[in-house]
Amino acid sequence: MAAWLTPAQHRTLTAAMDDTIPDDGTCPGAGSTGGADYVDRLLAAFTVDPPRIWAGGPFSGRRGGTAAFDDFLELSPWEELAWRTRIEGSGGDPAREHLGPVRGWQDIYADGLAVLGDDFADLDPDGRSARLAATDDEFRDLLFNHGCHALYGDPVYGGNRDGAGWRGIDYPGDVQPRGYTDAEVSLGTRFDPDLGR
Amino acid sequence: MSSGPTSATAAAPVDGVDCDAVIIGSGPGGATAAQVLTAAGWSVVVLDKGRNHLLSLEAPFGPLGHFANDELKFTQRHILGPDPWLEPRTFRRTEADGDRIFTGDVNNLPSTVGGGGVHADGKLPRFREDDFALLTEHGPVEGADIRDWPISYDDLEPYYAEAERLIGVAGTDGPDGNPFAASRSGPYPMPPGADMFLTSLTVPAAERAGLHPYRAPTGVNSVDYDGRPACNNCGFCAHYGCPIEAKGDPVAMLRAALRTGLCRVVPEAYAVDIVVDGSGRRATGVRYLDLTARPERGDPPVVEIRANHVVLAAGAFESPRLLLATGIGNSSDQVGRNLMFHFQTLVVGGYPEPMFGATRGRAVTHLHDDHIVGDAAQRAAAATAGLPWLRGGIVEHGGAAGPVSEALIYGPGGHHGAAMRDSSLRERLLVFTMQGEDLAQPTNRIDLDPSVTDVWGRPAGRVTYSSHRHELATMEHVGPLLESVLRDAGAVWTIVSSSPPLGDGGAHSPLGMAPASKHIIGTARMGADPSNSVVDPDGRLWDVENVLIADSSVFPTSTGYGPTLTLAALAARACHRLAGSAPADIPVPPGGPMSPAEK
Repeated sequence: MAAWLTPAQHRTLTAAMDDTIPDDGTCPGAGSTGGADYVDRLLAAFTVDPPRIWAGGPFSGRRGGTAAFDDFLELSPWEELAWRTRIEGSGGDPAREHLGPVRGWQDIYADGLAVLGDDFADLDPDGRSARLAATDDEFRDLLFNHGCHALYGDPVYGGNRDGAGWRGIDYPGDVQPRGYTDAEVSLGTRFDPDLGR
Repeated sequence: MSSGPTSATAAAPVDGVDCDAVIIGSGPGGATAAQVLTAAGWSVVVLDKGRNHLLSLEAPFGPLGHFANDELKFTQRHILGPDPWLEPRTFRRTEADGDRIFTGDVNNLPSTVGGGGVHADGKLPRFREDDFALLTEHGPVEGADIRDWPISYDDLEPYYAEAERLIGVAGTDGPDGNPFAASRSGPYPMPPGADMFLTSLTVPAAERAGLHPYRAPTGVNSVDYDGRPACNNCGFCAHYGCPIEAKGDPVAMLRAALRTGLCRVVPEAYAVDIVVDGSGRRATGVRYLDLTARPERGDPPVVEIRANHVVLAAGAFESPRLLLATGIGNSSDQVGRNLMFHFQTLVVGGYPEPMFGATRGRAVTHLHDDHIVGDAAQRAAAATAGLPWLRGGIVEHGGAAGPVSEALIYGPGGHHGAAMRDSSLRERLLVFTMQGEDLAQPTNRIDLDPSVTDVWGRPAGRVTYSSHRHELATMEHVGPLLESVLRDAGAVWTIVSSSPPLGDGGAHSPLGMAPASKHIIGTARMGADPSNSVVDPDGRLWDVENVLIADSSVFPTSTGYGPTLTLAALAARACHRLAGSAPADIPVPPGGPMSPAEK
């Protein structure tokens, strides 16, 4: 259940992220592996406490130990101001404009997704390309950057569902507290108990 | 001059002061100062403008568990600070660029409890003897301000040894050690950790080229040490706080200081003023902004800590910024000047097979120093360039970064998945990074930006920096040589680049226009003459005798070595001389003093 995106926006964003970082048969697309969930959690970060900006630690629990990434960390009051400004924009508030007005990610996504339209996912590839080309650079930059974050960042942030992005590149992610043996470091053999290689 | 320790706990005002010394910054310099001064019985208050993610400030001062193998929060979401929107910095190459050409993240060394020590991968080499006498040993260079240090390697050696013990440095000085290393009074506290796989290719190739690679001295435990475990090779090292505390710098020193009961650490305390008395020659304390107050309440409250001594350890960017903002210490007009980085020559090679350099073990396990020492070919290259000499830096045999950083390089489109799978810029990449000696130039400096401020209305620090042609000539000599080593090691393609980038094409460099190096050096150089230096040979401001600088801003030259161990050793020396104590020569026992049960 999305917290900030409407179901239609979520569907459009999923398709747009898949166009930006597509499934090529080996590596999955950024959208179909949860990219829109990643963005939704970021745009709605302050609807929960602590906000979903910095995941917890020390261990993910995927290679032993207690799973603690879900316990997001508190922000300081000023860190909250910085992240709210990135997400919500400055809105004319002087306290948020020492470097000038900031257009927030919520507005950039809302405007970009409106240009793409609710029927975006139903268009043919040429139609989708034309709509994407009609969006602004800020939106397309965010789409790509957040697509990379989603697909190859830790799954706790909402993308890279079930480690699908990492599986595509044989990347193990967090291996604490197991770590690697000295032999695995020095000999360079492929060995990953979870990926089965 | 010293009034001696008040033998009070850090929180209790005695004789009109809150503590014997207030320390600004909790990185390797400030943490070392805290440990040395508290061991001598002094009470200290350590201020840091950043958050505390490092250790509990309540006994037994265990880890907080905030560090984790999470690429997003460490490399994309600024957890270690400074947040570039809250605390922007500005950059220009020369005055001809106007007020600035960039605003944002400029050499952002972490602003967090533990400072730069948290993100570093812990390569901790000592300097060589001749680094302390560059002018005498090698002579002047036109356009640069080459100086001898006012102290020698021998003066510093006992404190190098102490810093290695406090942090816990793993290395080797035997037949397999660095043949160019300076003399040592004793062995490393620990043996080196596991060699990374890629060095099985690069080390033999470097040796075939007549170079002398060696196992990097590293502040990463290879065995249990000081109650902290051996590194388990998780691979998230450079840019990450260690989730198991296998890196000692600076958690070891801060914890030791806290355990004395004489140290109070105050996070989110942004020092904005060093308070001086009516004479202007004596500091009485430090004022800071309490950043725990919410922005809605207006400007943060100002808090004053009164102290007999001030130790400024905010790093070579923030320390001169504070001095310039406060207006003290600058009768020589040298504060902020002679800013140095390391000129990074990046020699990159692609391999047919995965190197695992980005995912397993320490970030770098081997170095070579040959381009610091030089040879006949390097002397000939200097002559060709019209320079008296060339000095490069340590060459780090290492790999690349994580997959998010790699993914961002390739750009959107249908090629992206194949590029990631191929991973020519991560798993199949090998990088020689030379941290080249950067010559001091008075026009390279930190000053206060005329109009850009941080969110609290304080002028942003501004970098004005362009490289001396010595750095470029060194790169031109060493770059092709290292490319041939990589080819011999099996690379199928190689390329040489640099940070800062060369030419106007630098605007498109993924590392940006400004130097990417986090080795920030100079800006408050030490010397024997108050007319042309900021601090005396003991690190104290010539103008304000009870303010001591304990970070890399005091370095008169950059050398070609990472600055951390040397700045910690200098901090130890300065604080021992201030407190009248001697370096502890008892090695920290492996496994103690913190028992696992205490954690």
